[in-house]
Amino acid sequence: MIYKGKQKIWSDYQKEIPDDHWFYARSCIRQNFFPASEKYFLEIGRNVLGRDICDTEHHTTCGGIAYHSDVIPQETAMTIVARQFALMTEMGYRNLVASCITSFGNYTEILETWREFPELEARIREHLWKSCRREFEKPEYLAHASDLMYKWRNDIAERAQYRLVNKDTGEPLDIVEHIGCHYSKMFPHKGVGGAEYPCVLSGMVESWGGRIVDYPERRHCCGFGFRQYLVKANRGYSVSNTYKKFESMEPFHPDGIITNCPGCPYFLDRWQYVIAEQTGKTYGRDGFGIPVFTYEELAGLVLGINPWDLGLQLHQTAVEPLLDKMGVAYVPADKYLGLNREDLLRPELPSVLKCF
Amino acid sequence: MKDFGFTLSPSSAVSLDKVDSRLWHKLLETSPDAAVCISCGSCSASCPAARWSGMSIRKVLLALQRGQSVAPMLSCCMLCGKCTMVCPRGINTRKLILALCRICEKP
Repeated sequence: MIYKGKQKIWSDYQKEIPDDHWFYARSCIRQNFFPASEKYFLEIGRNVLGRDICDTEHHTTCGGIAYHSDVIPQETAMTIVARQFALMTEMGYRNLVASCITSFGNYTEILETWREFPELEARIREHLWKSCRREFEKPEYLAHASDLMYKWRNDIAERAQYRLVNKDTGEPLDIVEHIGCHYSKMFPHKGVGGAEYPCVLSGMVESWGGRIVDYPERRHCCGFGFRQYLVKANRGYSVSNTYKKFESMEPFHPDGIITNCPGCPYFLDRWQYVIAEQTGKTYGRDGFGIPVFTYEELAGLVLGINPWDLGLQLHQTAVEPLLDKMGVAYVPADKYLGLNREDLLRPELPSVLKCF
Repeated sequence: MKDFGFTLSPSSAVSLDKVDSRLWHKLLETSPDAAVCISCGSCSASCPAARWSGMSIRKVLLALQRGQSVAPMLSCCMLCGKCTMVCPRGINTRKLILALCRICEKP
């Protein structure tokens, strides 16, 4: 009886995710920060798992960064988003998958606003028609790309070349999962597990053999916060948030961090360098930091894709300690070789944080 | 240290694993009624010194439990006893402050 009750309660936290036929809305910043993540989302979805995902060069930013930085009004963001929906409609798709957490939050917020205020939706339709002569249907399903990866997690586990297991000890690797604030803190029913028990990343980690670290500041923001970072004088707020999280997770000695937001992996990764320079402190073993990954990068590693093809050389914090623990085969000398084995030159190494 | 143009702010988080609560436990030995405080703040609201000096018994008790310094606040108390009259839990706060002063003098 109690078990059935629990099953019913848990079913309220689940999210319906269609398996196939998606229109992919890329992120404006992820391609700069983690350039191979989106490529390998499409690669895994289309070529490894055989799903139909439409990727068009015609779409633009969702306007989320400008909206959350108070640079543009919401109506402008709505018209930009309406254009993305128009592209989806023209391409014949009804399901939209967003690569970025802020885009996902932005689309959700706009659809919910239109549901509450239909007259606003009518006005935006008018704006879109006047500006670019387009019309749109609202998406039937809206998902974040990590929702799809969560849905495919067992398919990926079946094809795994490596698991999130320490090859020497056989113990599961301890992974910290960090979920972007715009995933389910604004609209809890839109995320897998809601705002209280988001399991979109923990589900992946457990399927691929890892163990989730539960630490006090697990649900704390990474610190990006848009204006906190964009205004240089406020960046102390941003780095202090990240510092708080690292101080909280440090006693649990995590082997890696997995994230599903564009900002979070960037700041959790780069701020480790800043914290090391300012305080002399590093959080990994032997002077290294804790490597930070996007869910596509971790899925790629599990599937046996070359870490340098996944763009891991662009991380500030060295990823090699985790690759070695997993037993991933890689050539250290190839780290800074680009396409056609062109030398990309080597970055200046930090004075405190140990890197290769 | 590199100058990034911004710095880390100290965290206001209290780690209860690292708190030095010796003073609090010493106070409980001499004045066990400190444990029945519900932090309602009546004492602080009625304190004539609070407005000018920042004195607050509620803050003093919380600071003790968090292992923070209380001596500067104690020195502002005028021992008028108004807080004792308003305490809904019947704590003799005046006596409690005197006990704390003695503990702080001889920790």
